[in-house]
Amino acid sequence: MSPSDTPIQDRAPAAQAAGQAERSAAGKPALLEVEKMRVEFPTRRGTLVAVDDVSFHINEGEVLGVVGESGAGKSMTGSAIIGLLEPPGRIAGGEVRLGGRRIDNLPYEQIRRIRGREIGMVFQDPLTSLNPLYTVGHQLIETIQTHTDLSESQARKRAIELLAEVGIPAPDRRIDQYPHQFSGGMRQRVVIALALCVNPRLVIADEPTTALDVSIQAQIIKLLHKLCREHGAAVMLITHDMGVIAETADRVAVMYSGRIVEVGPVREVIRNAKHPYTHGLMGSIPMVGHDLDRLTQIEGSMPRLTEIPPGCPFNPRCPKVFERCRHERPELIPVEETQVACWLYDENEGATANGGRSGSHG
Amino acid sequence: MFAFIVQRLFQAILVMLVVGIISFALFRFTGDPVNNMLGPEATIEQREALRERLGLNDSVPVQFINFIGNAAKGEFGLSYRVGKPVEELIATTLPATIELVFVSALMALLIGVPMGVYTGLKRHAALSRVFLTVSLIGISLPTFVIGILMILIFGVWLGWLPTFGRQGVVDLGVWQTGLLTLQGWSHLIMPAFTLALFQLTLIMRLVRAEMLEVQRTDYIKFAKARGLRNRAINYGHALKNTLVPVITIMGLQVGSLLAFSIITETVFAWPGMGRLFLQAIQFVDIPVMSSYLMLMAFFFVMINLTVDLLYYAVDPRLRAETLGGAAH
Repeated sequence: MSPSDTPIQDRAPAAQAAGQAERSAAGKPALLEVEKMRVEFPTRRGTLVAVDDVSFHINEGEVLGVVGESGAGKSMTGSAIIGLLEPPGRIAGGEVRLGGRRIDNLPYEQIRRIRGREIGMVFQDPLTSLNPLYTVGHQLIETIQTHTDLSESQARKRAIELLAEVGIPAPDRRIDQYPHQFSGGMRQRVVIALALCVNPRLVIADEPTTALDVSIQAQIIKLLHKLCREHGAAVMLITHDMGVIAETADRVAVMYSGRIVEVGPVREVIRNAKHPYTHGLMGSIPMVGHDLDRLTQIEGSMPRLTEIPPGCPFNPRCPKVFERCRHERPELIPVEETQVACWLYDENEGATANGGRSGSHG
Repeated sequence: MFAFIVQRLFQAILVMLVVGIISFALFRFTGDPVNNMLGPEATIEQREALRERLGLNDSVPVQFINFIGNAAKGEFGLSYRVGKPVEELIATTLPATIELVFVSALMALLIGVPMGVYTGLKRHAALSRVFLTVSLIGISLPTFVIGILMILIFGVWLGWLPTFGRQGVVDLGVWQTGLLTLQGWSHLIMPAFTLALFQLTLIMRLVRAEMLEVQRTDYIKFAKARGLRNRAINYGHALKNTLVPVITIMGLQVGSLLAFSIITETVFAWPGMGRLFLQAIQFVDIPVMSSYLMLMAFFFVMINLTVDLLYYAVDPRLRAETLGGAAH
């Protein structure tokens, strides 16, 4: 264990609040619960903390968008959940629970059974995600047979159905073709079919459209959304495209410097962003029908992992920064329907900042 | 596919013709074989008769056409040294060399690939370091030193294995094999290992480097994310992707195994083609030398053809590019 683990005592109230939010209305645990997960990379010049005490949950069938700039720790969070961190990266603290069962400390063989079977994953680049030496059918059948008892011919039938489902024409012929015989968009459809082939309960889509042509990005997102809804799979949609989030996600988590700064229902976060960073992020999205000469810009850039300032990591760029932000790290504070990691919303600061809004909840 | 093979065969014939010209040129530039064969006391009549018999009185183009024609029929003329047809000499020595090369190539593959996979997958294991250190010896010691060391250890000190020659040979008519008896194997194992050691370490290091490379690719990460079994990922997905470079190098190496077998055969007094060739050089036995040259060229051409065909079997992308059958 790293000595930098913060004492639990200090953060008890915030942790409780987060814990409550992770229970759905029926009282049963959410599908995925991530609690105070910390991802570290030991390097020669000290330990880098790529994901710092991140807590969130995803309910059954829900789409959670995860946004943030490059290097904010979005992909790292996704990889950590499924146990695929590149060594020497490791989960140094916290818990990941799937359906109430802890999965971050499972032995290899057990986490392997969860991958694909319960948590599917879609990666960024469909051109390199498929093994060039095998037909798409081989890769589908292999995955299906790894996780089920289907025979070769049944698995093949299932694979053809899946290809049809993801919108590949003439699937019974295309199944015997190699990845290089498919276009980029078609390959991402194959990747989605592979991620969904044994009906996982959760799909982690790590920037699934970033490497694709703009004209087919929308198609792929729509397809992913539709299929996950039909298969009853929840989605963790990692992206830096707020437009995609706005269209597909139910809730959104905004990440900055390896931390979640704001999480809440997507409409609430977009219309009424509370964290100054989210606010700036929303301001920087061009919108049709708005007559702005210039988009808002957040001054400066995200700090490197080696240079994260004490207190709130956003404090050097924050327009509303005050003294406390430079020393104390804010935890997620429930405000209306969302949770925000910002001292502006702390009860004790209510008098000094941002009108009465922060005082209204507690 | 068919067009490709035909094209390659045509190229092969062209290469063989060029090698034929070079082999033939050996006869023209290396003195008069008649002196060597008959000695200084022979009479002019004897010399003339021999010249006539060897076909040395014909014009150069006629000689060349005869040479190529005979070579195509598998006839390479008379050995100056032994006075027997060269093809007979080859028929008695070729099986020894082929078996030696075949067994050592197999050793190199069967030991080298698993070692490469192991060191590639378990980079920090103690055994991996041992393998890598030992492989340095294999890669840096010359073949003859290894051969002599092995003779010293296993033949002289331990007395486990015979130190020279090839015995326990079973005659199968056209082919004399040493692979059917224990005695045959006991004679074969040391020279084969000596010959294999360099290739083995080369293959091991190559497979290791390729495995490390492939481990980093997205499709391996995606295969892991799909929950495939380790076995399927390591051997099905990763190893297969390392095969193309391994095949390339292996093809080249089988060729050089044939060439390096000269040294190993000399060290172990192995009655193969390499020894035949060395004796031929000492005696300026041109027909043997030139047919050795052509035979080796033939092997190289065939190996390259096989390598090209194996590429096609392994990598579907190559099939699409040359045949233009891709549906992009």
